[in-house]
Amino acid sequence: METIPYTVTPREDTGLINAKLGIWLFLASEVMLFGGLFSAYIFLRLGAVSWPEGSSILNVPIGTFNTLVLIGSSVTMVLSWAALAEKRFDRFRLYLGLTMLLSLLFLVVKGFEYSEKFSHHLYPASSSFMAIYFTLTGLHALHIIGGLVVNGYLWGPGSKMWASDPERFTNRVEIAGLYWHFVDLVWIFLFPVLYLL
Amino acid sequence: MSLKHFHIFFIVVSTLVLFGLGVWGLNGYFKHDANGSNLIIALIAFVVGGVLIVYGIKVFQKLKAL
Repeated sequence: METIPYTVTPREDTGLINAKLGIWLFLASEVMLFGGLFSAYIFLRLGAVSWPEGSSILNVPIGTFNTLVLIGSSVTMVLSWAALAEKRFDRFRLYLGLTMLLSLLFLVVKGFEYSEKFSHHLYPASSSFMAIYFTLTGLHALHIIGGLVVNGYLWGPGSKMWASDPERFTNRVEIAGLYWHFVDLVWIFLFPVLYLL
Repeated sequence: MSLKHFHIFFIVVSTLVLFGLGVWGLNGYFKHDANGSNLIIALIAFVVGGVLIVYGIKVFQKLKAL
């Protein structure tokens, strides 16, 4: 069986393993996706006769809590990769498991926040602010779910690769970590823009 | 960019946002209304921001060695 090239050793022309080049190309497309929606937010706000202060509609303490949860999940994500680099598989599972728990907590809190808005009859159709709020945070939540699926695979069935090809598995976790950091970074920008300004 | 570098960048941006949140909380508390939750948010933001600075230095040294 022919093995896939450049999963462990970098390509001579790019200086990167293929997966790392691939994830950065993907993240570049994600920057354009979220960048387009951020631009929509700016134009909606500039064109509006009046625009509500985010903190008057959204729950800042809950948003702050979720921000801290995601910062914590990035810390555990990088620690899980570092544990593999130190050949400590048990630690890897602990830290990646914590990352998944924190991402689940984020989603539960987000769901609570959404239901609170719905109970006050605040829907995407209620105002431009609510429309862009639900679009941006909903798309972000979908990305969290995507990361949860990938991390779940690496924690569970995908971790069998550690026994056969540990270096390649470590690279896979690093790639998942890059994606996870990007998703968290999007929230770090979303939080002040939507909740505070 | 590797995960090491992206993580350091993430910690720097997070720290800046948390200090910004701290200033927002203090501003809300002292200039608008003496809402206790704003003060608590500011305190938490400054404390976690400080913790992230210490963590950032430690993790930078740890990751450099990997």
